[in-house]
Amino acid sequence: MIAELGHFALILGFIVSLLQVVVPLVGAAKRWPGWMRFSEPGANVLFLLTGFSFAALTYSFVVSDFSVKLVWMNSHTAKPMLYKISGVWGNHEGSMLLWVLILTLFGAMAAWFGDGLPPTLKARILAVQASITAAFMAFVLFTSNPFLRMDPAAMNGQDLNPLLQDPGLAFHPPFLYLGYVGLSMAFSFAVAALIEGRVDAAWGRWVRPWTLAAWIFLTIGIGLGSWWAYYELGWGGFWFWDPVENASFMPWLIAVALLHSAVVVEKRESLKSWTILLSIIAFGFSLIGAFITRSGIITSVHAFATDPERGVFLLLILAVFVGGALTLFAFRAGVMEAKGVFGVVSRESALVLNNLLLAVSAFIVFVGTIWPLVSELLFDRKLSVGEPWFNASFTPLMVLLGLVLPLGAMLPWKRGKLGRVAKRLTGAFVLAVSVGALVWAIQEERSALGPIGLMLAAWLVAGSATDLLSRGRKGERFARLLRLPRADWGKAVAHAGLGVTIAGISGMLAWQQEDIRVMKYGDSLELAGYTITLNEVKRVQGPNYISTMGDVTLSKGAREIATLTPEKRVYPVAGMPTTEAAIDIGFWRDIYVVVGDPQDNGGWAMRSYFKPLANWIWGGAILMALGGALSLSDRRYRVAAGARKAAIEKVPGVPAE
Amino acid sequence: MRWLCLTLMLWAAPALAVQPDEILSDPALEERARAISKNLRCLVCRNENIDDSNAELARDLRLLVRERLVQGDSDVETVDFIVARYGEYVLLTPKAAGSNLILYYAGPAMFLFALLAGGLYLRTRSQTKPEGSDALSEEEKVRLKEIMRE
Repeated sequence: MIAELGHFALILGFIVSLLQVVVPLVGAAKRWPGWMRFSEPGANVLFLLTGFSFAALTYSFVVSDFSVKLVWMNSHTAKPMLYKISGVWGNHEGSMLLWVLILTLFGAMAAWFGDGLPPTLKARILAVQASITAAFMAFVLFTSNPFLRMDPAAMNGQDLNPLLQDPGLAFHPPFLYLGYVGLSMAFSFAVAALIEGRVDAAWGRWVRPWTLAAWIFLTIGIGLGSWWAYYELGWGGFWFWDPVENASFMPWLIAVALLHSAVVVEKRESLKSWTILLSIIAFGFSLIGAFITRSGIITSVHAFATDPERGVFLLLILAVFVGGALTLFAFRAGVMEAKGVFGVVSRESALVLNNLLLAVSAFIVFVGTIWPLVSELLFDRKLSVGEPWFNASFTPLMVLLGLVLPLGAMLPWKRGKLGRVAKRLTGAFVLAVSVGALVWAIQEERSALGPIGLMLAAWLVAGSATDLLSRGRKGERFARLLRLPRADWGKAVAHAGLGVTIAGISGMLAWQQEDIRVMKYGDSLELAGYTITLNEVKRVQGPNYISTMGDVTLSKGAREIATLTPEKRVYPVAGMPTTEAAIDIGFWRDIYVVVGDPQDNGGWAMRSYFKPLANWIWGGAILMALGGALSLSDRRYRVAAGARKAAIEKVPGVPAE
Repeated sequence: MRWLCLTLMLWAAPALAVQPDEILSDPALEERARAISKNLRCLVCRNENIDDSNAELARDLRLLVRERLVQGDSDVETVDFIVARYGEYVLLTPKAAGSNLILYYAGPAMFLFALLAGGLYLRTRSQTKPEGSDALSEEEKVRLKEIMRE
């Protein structure tokens, strides 16, 4: 009954979403206030209906209603409650419903917080958002219905994929979807502005918080996924340039570019058409991501619904929305003439360079991701494009980006002098070079990766600090620091976060050590100055799994640091094994231990890793997200809302049509 | 992330990546084997190299690489041998030849194009006269005249 109600709510939502597309659009075109105002309750009703539908599905999972096919396929009574709930989105159908829920949530939020928007723009934004919602609701209803029943009902379920039964992965999809789908707001703003024929500084200011929010979620989502891969896969890899990882990374890169170009629109009324284009592309990459994950066209380890019918439907959505928006863009781009004038050496130019590097790097990731497909279709060459290619093609652009970032971040708007900025950054530069030289001197390997990576990292962190400090006059710098706008803090923290992540990646890749050997009880090994001793291996019964758990002592010299318990788990219902690495997490290094198979002649295969600066990778991601959150909480976005309203009432801007 | 690879083995306990019994006694040879393995794809997995893979086939390939190296093959010969057997698909770094040149040149070409487009844009922006700010529009000039006359 509950499942049917959920299904019914979704059908009702689909009908409302169609109305929500037509009524506000007509209203905005004819300037009928009543029709335009329809969009606000419309957005709320859509959200409530989808929310009800999602709650109904969640309820079916929580009470383990195995007459619902999806619950039977992805749940089990013995599963902990957390994973019963995360099972809702741990599958194709449920995750699409979550996707729709987030679409309507963002629509409703635009209705709640969009008081300062001109009524026509607001109505159009909500209508465009509803059109995306309608498309995805149709996708769920016609190709991926989560509410299908089965008769007779099963006694128990088939359990969720054990790899998904993990706290890191339980929250990875919702964050990722909040990011993917959050970019639909930027898309809706862009298309609405194109219909409206007007992009001004205010538009840049309105679209930025939404992009920022989406980007924060995407950062957290990608970070969680990468962290999960690190501790779950058994050898501590954190990024594989897998098609589905790339699918989340491309919108992230474009979102970063969009964040920066929207600043130029807001502050200087330039780069308007480029920003609109980026908004369209960013969401386009989100849709491509959905297509890659769910169509199975590009083989990937993540793909969880490989169904051609669904693929075609998604391709259709992609073609209609991105194609439609780009066509609209082609017709309307001329309307958005740039106003700001600036010199070649200026913050604007630096941000153009930032956008250029980010867009090209996203392009490279895109080419590498689809090349196997293109090559097979056009040239009949079946080949792979893997990690080594991506590392070699992508890294140079990021190094370049890191090098120019502190300079660009400190250049003044309109016109600047490179020499003056360089002079202020001398301290940071000297520090960075010293760090690089020091690292070069003390490392045992002759690899360039470590020194260059850490030099870049120091340059970024020290550059961000210099940027903050330079805001005050001499003598009162520290007092002023605390009074700086949060957006300035956000910028510095996020840029420093990038530096920390770069340090982590290069440190770990350059100096990681591994040890693979057979160990008997009581055996010890030495790894990077640490002693690892295997005490015993025992069998432990978990709630819905059986574990083979090693008992390992980690010590340094005579001092015992930790007891590690690496596990191998078998989930009998799902019939799948997982490895649970034991990690002693430290600020400077992780010690990572995995237990392998028992050997014929006694003993166990053990793998131990020394991973320097591992946590800096995710620490940097957290800093980046934190920087975004600081920027998002800047009072400019809140205070300006009231001021904007007054300004709009006074000056009824002439739409450039 | 690698779970499809794992599902292929279903009940089999995971044989983790490189096994202790595979490691060659000669550290120099072993290092070469590891470097080669990192560029070879586990064919039954999805986008995973044989060095990290748990699959049986990956183990076979790892052993094969080591066998060739022990027999005195060079790195290139070893890779060529495996490519001849399993096809280009096994390489994680595609060969920079033939149609693949598109793959290799697309990025740099786009970068140059973007630099050019960006440079041109910056040039027009820096040479355009600021409008509106100093210069008065026709309407404003008329209005100014009116005011001056008053």
